[in-house]
Amino acid sequence: MSKKHIDEIEKQMKLANAGLPEKEQGLFENTRPTTVDAFNKYYEGFLNWARSRSLWMLAFGTGCGATELRPLMTSRYDMSRYGIAPRPTPRQASVFVVGGYASIKTIKRIVRSYEQMQGPKYVIALGSCTINGGMYYDSYNTINRLDYYIPVDVYIAGCMPRPEALIAGFKRLKEKIRAGECEGMNDYVEKFDWYKENQKQIIKDWNMPDYNW
Amino acid sequence: MSIWLRVLYAFISVSVATVYGLMLGGIVRKIYARVHGRYGPPVWQPFLDIIQTHSRRVAVSHGNMFLLGPVFRLAGGLGTYLFIPVIYGSAVFGNFSMAGDLLLVMYFIFFGQLGMALGAGNGGHPYSPLGIARGLAQMSTFEVPFSLAVIAVAIQYGSLNITTIVAAQQGGFMNWTLFTNPLAVIAAMISLLGMNMHSPFSIVLAPQEIPIGPPIEMNSSFLGILQTNRGLFAAAKLVLFMNLFFGGATNLLEMVAKTFMIYMFSVFVGAAYPRFRPEQSFRFFLKWPTIIGVLSIIFISYFGGVL
Repeated sequence: MSKKHIDEIEKQMKLANAGLPEKEQGLFENTRPTTVDAFNKYYEGFLNWARSRSLWMLAFGTGCGATELRPLMTSRYDMSRYGIAPRPTPRQASVFVVGGYASIKTIKRIVRSYEQMQGPKYVIALGSCTINGGMYYDSYNTINRLDYYIPVDVYIAGCMPRPEALIAGFKRLKEKIRAGECEGMNDYVEKFDWYKENQKQIIKDWNMPDYNW
Repeated sequence: MSIWLRVLYAFISVSVATVYGLMLGGIVRKIYARVHGRYGPPVWQPFLDIIQTHSRRVAVSHGNMFLLGPVFRLAGGLGTYLFIPVIYGSAVFGNFSMAGDLLLVMYFIFFGQLGMALGAGNGGHPYSPLGIARGLAQMSTFEVPFSLAVIAVAIQYGSLNITTIVAAQQGGFMNWTLFTNPLAVIAAMISLLGMNMHSPFSIVLAPQEIPIGPPIEMNSSFLGILQTNRGLFAAAKLVLFMNLFFGGATNLLEMVAKTFMIYMFSVFVGAAYPRFRPEQSFRFFLKWPTIIGVLSIIFISYFGGVL
C-alpha cells in the first residue's frame, strides 16, 4: 500500500470536527474512540462486583423526574446504603441518570457529558418521556427515544417513577453489571457513526467536536 | 537493622496506616448517616470506591503535569507518614524517625498540595484553579498557628525530633503537651480543623459551589491514587498530632483510640457548623488561632522553656 493510501485511511480514521470554526479545529482532539475489551473472565467478574457495589451517579436533572432523585439521596430512601453516591463531575461518574424529558437543547449537553465519562459507563433513563416521549410525545422541542442518541442500560417507566421504582432500577442495573451485560461504552463506539448521525439530525447548532474527549 | 528489613517494616506500617485511614473515612460516613437518620454506606465503602476507580478501562490525561499531580500528592502523603514514629519504641511502626524530622514532616505536608496544584492546574477546567487558589491560601493561613504551636513545642522540649518529644511526654497523662502547654494545643487543634477540611473550612472541595475543586478533572486511576492518599494522609496527620500533643502511643490500640478521638473533634465541629466563605476562613486563621499561638510561645518561654 502506498503512503498516499495510508494517509487517506488515517484521514478517514480521524474525526472531521466540521462543526467547529476553522481556527478552533486544531485545539480539539480528533481521534476516534476505540473499543476496549474486558479483562479475563474471573478478574472482570471481580471488577464488576466492585463496580456494582460502588456506583457513582451523575444526576442530570433534565426534567421533572429529577425531583424524585432528592428523596432518593436524602434520609427517607437513602441510596448510600446500596453504595450509590452522587458525583458532581462526569469525569468521575459511572452511572448517568437522565432525569426525564430531554429537550433538543439538553440532548447536546447529555451527549457531551456522556462522552466525557470514563468507561465502563452505564445509563439509567428515568420516566416515560425517555422511552417514547411520554406526555411530550408530540412536542416540537423534545426527543422521543433516548436510545437513539446514547446507549441506555436500564429504563424506569412511570410519570414520574417513585423513588422505590428508582431503587428497583438501580438493583436491575447492578444485576446486569454483575452479569457483564453492560457494555454500553463499547456499543457506542461500534455504532459511533449511527449515533452521530442521529445526534446531528436533531442538534442543529453542532458547534462542538465530534467526540468530546 | 538491614535495609530490607526496614523496607518490609515501612511497607507494613504504610499498609496499616492506609487501611486505618480509609476505615476512619468509612466510619465517619456511617456516623454522619446515623446523625441524619439514615442507614448509611458500609464502613468498607472507601475500599470498594478505590477498586471501582482503578477498574475503569480508559483514563483521559491532560498532559505531563496532570500525570504527575497524583504521584506528587501520594509522595507527599508517604513522606509525611514515613518520618513520623507511629508507636513509641516499636521497631515495625517506628518508621524513619530521625533528628529534625519534625521540620521534614511539616515540609511534606506542604509538598503534596503544591504537586497537586501543578497537576490539577494542567487539567484546564476553570474550577480546578479556583479550588487550588482557595486551597493554597487556606493552607498558608492555617500553617501560621500550626507553625507557632510547633515552635512552642520545640522550645518546650528543646528538640525537633518527634521521638524525643514523645519520650518527654511519657509517664502519666499530666506530662502530655495538652496539660503542660495547653495554649499551643488549642492553636494546633484549630489549625487541624483547616487541615482536615471538614466544614466550616471545607471551602477547597466545596461540592455545592465549585464541584469538588482541584480534582475535578481527575478520573479513573488518577482519582484512585488520590483516594488512597486521602486515607494515608489523614492517618499521618492524626498520628503527628497524637505524638506532638497527646503523649504518643505505646501500642496499636492506644494509637487507634487517641487518633480516633482527635479525628472526632474535627468531625463534630464539621457536623455543627456550616461552611465559611474563603475570605472568612483566611481571616479566622490569622486572627484568634495566631494570637493563641503567639501567646503559647510567650507562655512557654517565660514559664516553661527548656527545663
